[in-house]
Amino acid sequence: MKAARWIVVLLLYLLCSASALAESIKIGAVLSVTGPASFLGEPEKNTLLMLRDQVNSKGGINGQQVEVIVYDDESDVNKCVMAAKKLLDQDRVSVVVGPSISGNTLAIAKFFSSAQVPLISCAAAEKIVRPVDPWIFNTPQLDRHAVTKILLDAQSRKYSKLAILTVSDGYGQAGRGVLKELIPAQGFALVADESFGPKDTDMTAQLTKIKGTSPDAIICWGTNPGPAVVARNRTQLGLTTPLYMSHGVASNKFIELAGEAAEGLILPAGRLVAVEQVPAGHPQKRVLEEYVANYTKTYNTPVSSFGGYAHDAFALVREAIIKGGSAKPSDIRNNLEKISSFAGTSGVYSYSSDNHNGLDENAFIMVTIEKGAWKVMQ
Amino acid sequence: MDSSSLLQYLITGLTLGSTYGLTALGFTIIFNTTGVINFAQGEFVMLGGMMSVFLVRVLGVTVPLAVPLAALGTMLTGALVERLAIRPVRGCPSINLVIITIGVSILIRGLAMLFWGKDTHVLEPFSGDQPVMVLGAAIMPQAFWVLAISVILLTGLKLFFSLTTQGKAMLACSFDPKAASLVGIGVQRMVMLSFMISALIGAVGGIILTPITMTSYDKGIMLGLKGFAACILGGLGNPFGAAAGGLILGVLESLGAGFVSSAYKDALAFIVLLILLFVKPSGLFGQKDAKRV
Repeated sequence: MKAARWIVVLLLYLLCSASALAESIKIGAVLSVTGPASFLGEPEKNTLLMLRDQVNSKGGINGQQVEVIVYDDESDVNKCVMAAKKLLDQDRVSVVVGPSISGNTLAIAKFFSSAQVPLISCAAAEKIVRPVDPWIFNTPQLDRHAVTKILLDAQSRKYSKLAILTVSDGYGQAGRGVLKELIPAQGFALVADESFGPKDTDMTAQLTKIKGTSPDAIICWGTNPGPAVVARNRTQLGLTTPLYMSHGVASNKFIELAGEAAEGLILPAGRLVAVEQVPAGHPQKRVLEEYVANYTKTYNTPVSSFGGYAHDAFALVREAIIKGGSAKPSDIRNNLEKISSFAGTSGVYSYSSDNHNGLDENAFIMVTIEKGAWKVMQ
Repeated sequence: MDSSSLLQYLITGLTLGSTYGLTALGFTIIFNTTGVINFAQGEFVMLGGMMSVFLVRVLGVTVPLAVPLAALGTMLTGALVERLAIRPVRGCPSINLVIITIGVSILIRGLAMLFWGKDTHVLEPFSGDQPVMVLGAAIMPQAFWVLAISVILLTGLKLFFSLTTQGKAMLACSFDPKAASLVGIGVQRMVMLSFMISALIGAVGGIILTPITMTSYDKGIMLGLKGFAACILGGLGNPFGAAAGGLILGVLESLGAGFVSSAYKDALAFIVLLILLFVKPSGLFGQKDAKRV
């Protein structure tokens, strides 16, 4: 009897040490898989799970299997905080990808700095990375990069009077802030500043008002479906003023929703929208082609640039772990800052201790919509 | 401010307002029979739109066939809602029934999300999207469809309630269900009929609006709220008031966006609504009714 007890203890000990040897790398994720922001969170989650399977089938990272723990915050900030605490306290993950939206990221950022675990957000707000918090990174292009790109284009066309039409949610208001800062700074006149609600179905009134100020071009900042309504209303009013859109609508869904009215609109977009038009020698070409092929094969739905943010976050974590040979939170953080010229789907990343976004305006290309398809502008 | 801009604001407001008015009509019918506000009304509108998109886009049905099918489908849903959610608790006070309709609306929205996904969808306009220019203001052909069908529905309802036995029976149920049943009216049948008619009107609204407003599984929330506001504005229980309330709300919003600020257009419309309710609590066209509270 006594011997039997000892054997059980021995077996337990062996089991524990065996699992310790094969300990996996725990990557947490808190994403808005459901709720209003699900158009962000769902492709992000799909992407992470797909990459996990790919990496594990090839023997993991540095020989260690990867475990991805995804929580859904339902686009709700309170659920996001709870999920973040769970990832830090119970699951004891090495690094966290997400959240999908800026508000949630800002709400949980402080927990990560105090727990000293790196957080790589898939949200774009500038506040996330400026000022730099040593433990917080993000992967999407910043609004500033998009606005800069649009204004460069407007400059080359010799426009001087610009009107802006922004959605009244977090995305639109962040964009509006940057637009109102950069438009006068670049020597343009801001002649109209209108907004619309995220669920509004008619923007004719705003466009009529903008028409009265006769701008050279209109910049619309929002995510689907609002900007599609703006595009439709513009053609309905017979308005010929050029219309710029933000990168928030850089998906085929926008072309579907806006229909004919999408023709000729100009917007900054990540290279993911027109992978086949990226020149062969471009550093992102291979990454983009691989991601698009794998994602469409695995999920049978088209890729979105949002899934690309999660792809880049995962790829950067993998790179940092390989670089440092360690999956300890602090080592991952230190090695993330050492990554430079790393090609992802959204751009070429160069993190440093004072730059936790890693991209610049070259992460965007200007595209237009021609015959219902994206066309890269030279 | 030139006159063509003003005209454009008015036209925009009327188109927008007819979307609210159509939703408001559905509220009126159920309220007239049961005295209950059906908060799932916006969901009927959404179902009409989503079903027609599903039929046209996925099943490849032609538009003229998809419209009656989607309307019929939504009507059946209306009947099911009454049968499964309202009838089992028919003895309960109105407030319980109202809360049940909120639950039903969440359920329908959730099911629609599971079946059709979370994307926004659009339907081609019935007669092209070349705008008609009137005195420098652009009007979409679809807006004529919406206005015409709203008028037809409104007239049809008016005739139904004032001329047919069924319509009068439904009105009788709203005044006093017990008395109505004593004179031989099948109250439960009338309630079911009212749910079916209002689902039908919601669906027709949803279908003809989809080319203008687009549709998604959560479209019903906003439309339901605005439609309810339109109902209150026009006076609960009066179909004509509901439609007029919708139009007024739409025009207020559009003028607010044009002349004041697009950021405050919703607030502006609701402030006017509040002021009106302080001055005339029964709504613009509502009858003073001392008994009904």
